[in-house]
Order: sequence, then C-alpha cells, then structure tokens
Amino acid sequence: MKNTFNRMILAGILLLAAGQLFSQTAAPGKISGDVVKLGVLTDMSGLYSDIGGQGSVVAAQMAVDEFGGKVLGKPIKVISADHQNKADVGANVARQWFDTQGVDVILDVLNSGVALAVSKVANEKHRIFLVSGAGSTRLTNEDCNPYTIHYVYDTYATGTVTGKAVVEHGGNTWFFITADYAFGHSLQDDTSKAVTAAGGKVVGSVLHPLNAPDFSSYLLQAQASGAKVIGMANAGGDTINTIKTAAQFGVSNKQTLAGLLIFISDIHALGLPLTQGMYVASAFYWDLNDDTRKFSKAYQAKTGKMPTMVQAGVYSSALEYLRAVKAAGTDDPDAVLKQLKGMTLNDAFVKNGKIRPDGRMVRDFYLFQVKTPAESKGPWDVYKLISTVPADQAFQPLSLSRCPLVKK
Amino acid sequence: MPEIFGVPLVALLGQLMLGLVNGCFYALLSLGLSIIFGMLNIINFAHGALYMTGAVFAWIALDQFGLGYWWALLLAPLTVALLGVLIERGLLRWLYALDPLYGLLLTFGLALVLEGLFRYRYGVSGLPYAQPAAFDGAFNLGFMFLPKYRGWVVVASLLVCFGTWALIEWTQLGAYLRAATENPRLVQAFGINVPAMVSITFAVGAGLAGLAGVLAAPQTQVSPLMGTNLIIVVFAVVVIGGMGSILGSILTGLGLGLIEGLTKVFYSQASNTVVFVIMALVLLMKPAGLFGRER
Repeated sequence: MKNTFNRMILAGILLLAAGQLFSQTAAPGKISGDVVKLGVLTDMSGLYSDIGGQGSVVAAQMAVDEFGGKVLGKPIKVISADHQNKADVGANVARQWFDTQGVDVILDVLNSGVALAVSKVANEKHRIFLVSGAGSTRLTNEDCNPYTIHYVYDTYATGTVTGKAVVEHGGNTWFFITADYAFGHSLQDDTSKAVTAAGGKVVGSVLHPLNAPDFSSYLLQAQASGAKVIGMANAGGDTINTIKTAAQFGVSNKQTLAGLLIFISDIHALGLPLTQGMYVASAFYWDLNDDTRKFSKAYQAKTGKMPTMVQAGVYSSALEYLRAVKAAGTDDPDAVLKQLKGMTLNDAFVKNGKIRPDGRMVRDFYLFQVKTPAESKGPWDVYKLISTVPADQAFQPLSLSRCPLVKK
Repeated sequence: MPEIFGVPLVALLGQLMLGLVNGCFYALLSLGLSIIFGMLNIINFAHGALYMTGAVFAWIALDQFGLGYWWALLLAPLTVALLGVLIERGLLRWLYALDPLYGLLLTFGLALVLEGLFRYRYGVSGLPYAQPAAFDGAFNLGFMFLPKYRGWVVVASLLVCFGTWALIEWTQLGAYLRAATENPRLVQAFGINVPAMVSITFAVGAGLAGLAGVLAAPQTQVSPLMGTNLIIVVFAVVVIGGMGSILGSILTGLGLGLIEGLTKVFYSQASNTVVFVIMALVLLMKPAGLFGRER
C-alpha cells in the first residue's frame, strides 16, 4: 500500500518535471504562441515615470514598427505594466507574464530593487530580461545570470565618468547624499572608488528614503561637512528636489553639486539657470549625430518630449532583440540569447555595442556639461559634449567582476 | 564647540529649525484635516491632492495669467476652497447618512483622479516655480543660514494656524460651527443654516490645504506626487494629536517636525518611520491621541 503511494508521488513528480521541461523548450525554428510578445515593465506613475514610463512603451512600439509589426511572419505585440516601484509587484507581474501571458522578453524595469527581483524570475523561468532603466551594478556582479542583460548604463559608468571629471576639475573632497536602497548604495560605492582612485577624498555621507519630501536637512549636513563637492547618489524626483533645495540654501556659492545619475528629463524640469555647468554622464543624447536626431525627432513627434537614455535604450533593446529573433529563426530564449551575445549592436542608440559574458552591454559613454541659458538654442538644447569615454574605460573591467559567469 | 551626544550644538539647532519649517506644513495640513473631521466626521483622503492642486494653481496663475506669488497666495486657496464646495455639495453631501467609510473611499478616489489628471497633463518631474524675488537671500541666525523664504513660511503658517484656531474657539461663527457639530438638528431649529455651515467648513479645510500648497510651491518642485508624499505623515500627525482636536493637530504637527529634524541628525534612515513609531506608542497609551477626547 505504502509502496503504491510512493510510486504515485514519484509519477506525479516526473509528470510535473516533464511538463516544466516541455513548457520551457519551444521547438527550434518556431515562434512560441505564434506571437512575439515584448513586455515593458516600468514605473508608470511614480517618481521615475518621466524617465521611462509611457515613453518606454512608445519607444518599444517604434522598434516594432520599424520591423513592420512582424518577425519571421508572426506578429509582434507590446504589452506594458506598472510595477509601482515595488519589488514584489514587479516580480509578480514578471512571473505572470512568463507563465500565462507568453511574454518573450521583459524590457526597461526602472528601479534597481525591482530589476533585481525581476532578474531572479527571468533566470528561474529561463526567459530574457533586457534592463534599460535600472542602474545597480549588482545586476552584472553578485546577482548576474545568463538571462539578464544590462543594456544602457550602470552606476559604475555614470559614477566613474562623472566622479573622475569632477575631481580633475578640482573637486577633491566629497560628501554624498544617497538614496537608501540598492541603487543609491551602488552609486555611492562606485563613485567613491573613482573619486579615491583619481586622488580625491570622501569625507562623509547621509542616507535619505526614496522619494523624500524634504532635502534641506541633508543639505545642511553636506554644508557642515565642508566638502567641496556634494555628490547626489539618487535619481529622478529626488535629484530634482536636491538641486532645487541646494539653490535655496546657497550651496552653489561654496560647493559644487555633482549629479551622479542625471536624465535629460531632470534638466528639462529644473531649467538651465539651476543646472548650468553641471557634468552629466550619459549613454545617449538626442543631438549627437544624424541617427540620434532622426530617432529622437520621431519620438518627440509622438510624445512631445525628447527621449531619455532609458527610453532610447528600450527602443534599441527591443530592436536588437527582434533582430536576434530574426537571425536565430526562433524566439527560443537560449537560441536568441546566443545570437544576441554574438552580435555587434548598431542602431540609433548604440554604435558597436557588445554584450559581455557577465551580461553587461558595453559601448562608448559620453560626458556632457549642461549649457548656460545663453548657449541654449531651444528647450531641449541642454548639453554640450565634453568627451567620449571609450567602452573599456566607462564600464567596470571584467577582471574586477564578481559575477560567477565570468571565467577568469 | 559645545556638543550634544557627539553632534555639534550648531548643527542640532540648524536641524531643529528645518524641522520647524516642515512642522509648519504638517500643522497647516493637519489643521484642515482636523477641522473637516471634527465638524463633518469625514476622513478627507483628498487632502494631499488639494494641497497639490493649490501648488499647481499657483503655477498655472504665473504661467498662464502672469499673476505672481502674492496673487497666487490669495487666489489659489480661494479656488481650491471653491473646488471644496463643489466636492462637498456635489458628492460628499450624499454620504452623510452612511458609514464614514464611504466618505473615506470617495475622497481617496478623488485624490487618485486629481493626481491622475495633473500627472497626465504635466508628468511627474514637476514644474519649476521660482521663488518671489522679495525672498532672495538668507537670514544669518548665527547657527545657520535660513533662506528668507523658509522664514516667511514659518511666520505665515503659524499666523494662519493660530488665527484659524482663534476663529473657531472665540468667535460667534466658531461657536455656531462647534454647536452644529454637537447637535446639528437643534442648531438648525434655532434658524441657523447648518448645511451652509458644513459647506463653509469643508471649504475652509480645503482652502487651508491649497494655501499650504502655494507656500510649498517655491521651495519644492510642483509635482502631482507632492501631496502623496506628505499626506501619510499628516494623517499620522492627526492621529497622534487626536482626531478632531484643532489645537492638538497644530501642536503635534510642529512637535513632530522637530522630532523628525532631530532624527535626521542622529539616524537619517529612520526619519520617515519615526513618526509612525510615535503614532504606535501614542495609540498604545492614549488611544484617543494626545489631545483627543474619548467619544
């Protein structure tokens, strides 16, 4: 009796396992569910929604339109959801999308906390996750996995490029105002290393909650520290309010503000009088060359705004994903990944991009300076290019990687 | 330099001053909430949205009509108060006979609608509202430079808070209001128009939120999210002060601002939880709040 019971359990387990195998491996040469589904998971209404949000959905759709809405003869569909900046909500949507909605790839995912959770789900379900919005370097280090590709920027790139430039211009003592979650910590760490390496010194830091209502207290501590530079290890609405409050407290007379992750939407919201002269490290600016201008003007016609590097990144990651599907002749995740990681990426957003074994997409990075109101010729004419940082200097070298996928 | 627990006294005083500025906003907002709850028994979840609306109206006044800060300070609260009357007459009125829960749900929904509308129109990065030129510069208080505008915020909100309190406690109108709360039917029997009193009350509460919004506009980014960020703390303030206690909510608002300021010096990570820890402690010891009466 007991034996029969055991056998039944065993049979059950085998059946389940077989089912799992079956659901994971679509036969090569085919499109699962006869449709390629791109899922844009982003902050639709919170403090980061101007960086990605609805704009990311539009960007993904632009990539689909470039493909004529079809790949390998099957339709392409873009769906989207709001993760509300909550890791559990993000992970749940990802699980649902993969399990029941037949989503082939997840795009964007602003907010590092959410992206780390979604990355785990992608790895567990063996589906592709192309991160444009989140910045934490943990995605390609401790928490790296074969299915997650970090596409646009990370805190190492923006922190190092800005940190180095500021120290070289004399800002050698630093105080950090840091958002208290994965991304902020990561940004502060990476920038601190760059500052110290360039001969600067970090004299202190203060943590603030995400979406803090008032920054005056942190700025007062930064002022008291006597540091020459106040590094803002935060993003979006938090950075905007830090800069605004700093102006009221007369910080700029004695100290320099350094934004370690600044988006064009932030500059646009604050205006040039408050932001002029600031250094900005970015993977994208609309006015770089003919390709970026063409894409950005088309985007602006649809949304009324110029794309942030995240939105441009979502467009590019969707486009390159579809190219990889076409080249692989299937949407089987492993086959597409193999294709993607072997490709050289070239489009309006990226020139000669390569995906490394740790999942980091590397490409040249840019250091900009915010124009003065007199230099600017229009509402979006905000940056002047200071230098182009080659890929191998902008991103963390593989030799320092803490990702187990990297063979040393 | 004298120190307290390893923190220089000067830094401490500076943080306390900033705490007072934040406390003023808490006080102004919780005062409005308290009035509305005390008189109408409605928990107004749309209060944060009305605060945000006040700030956005100030921005619109400047951007579309070229009306400066002082006009905004007058007109925006009046417009928000008018909006309050519409909400009260058009919607809330129908819910008085029902469980207070319905009022809560309705106002919560209203808050979502208002924020959604402004988000749809302007996005979340917010709109810049320049500080009026009269407030450029800072006062040297010896221990810190206080931007003149923040000094003005403290003076203005303290005046408004205690003015409103005096109005309710010491004037004929205030007496009518308080009587109408205790026993609306009896007061109506004396020939006083109770429904109008109720509308006025809601309008005043809403107007106070709008005023706080205009005061906040130059010092933070005018954004659809600015109300949500603040309102949760304000609710905690009202609960700690005692639901419906007007003086209680003013004093608690100021006090909690100070405590929050101190927390930012000693352990800034806890600054947004400390209010709720205090709330839990107060509820354990005095369920009606510090200044509230058991009903």
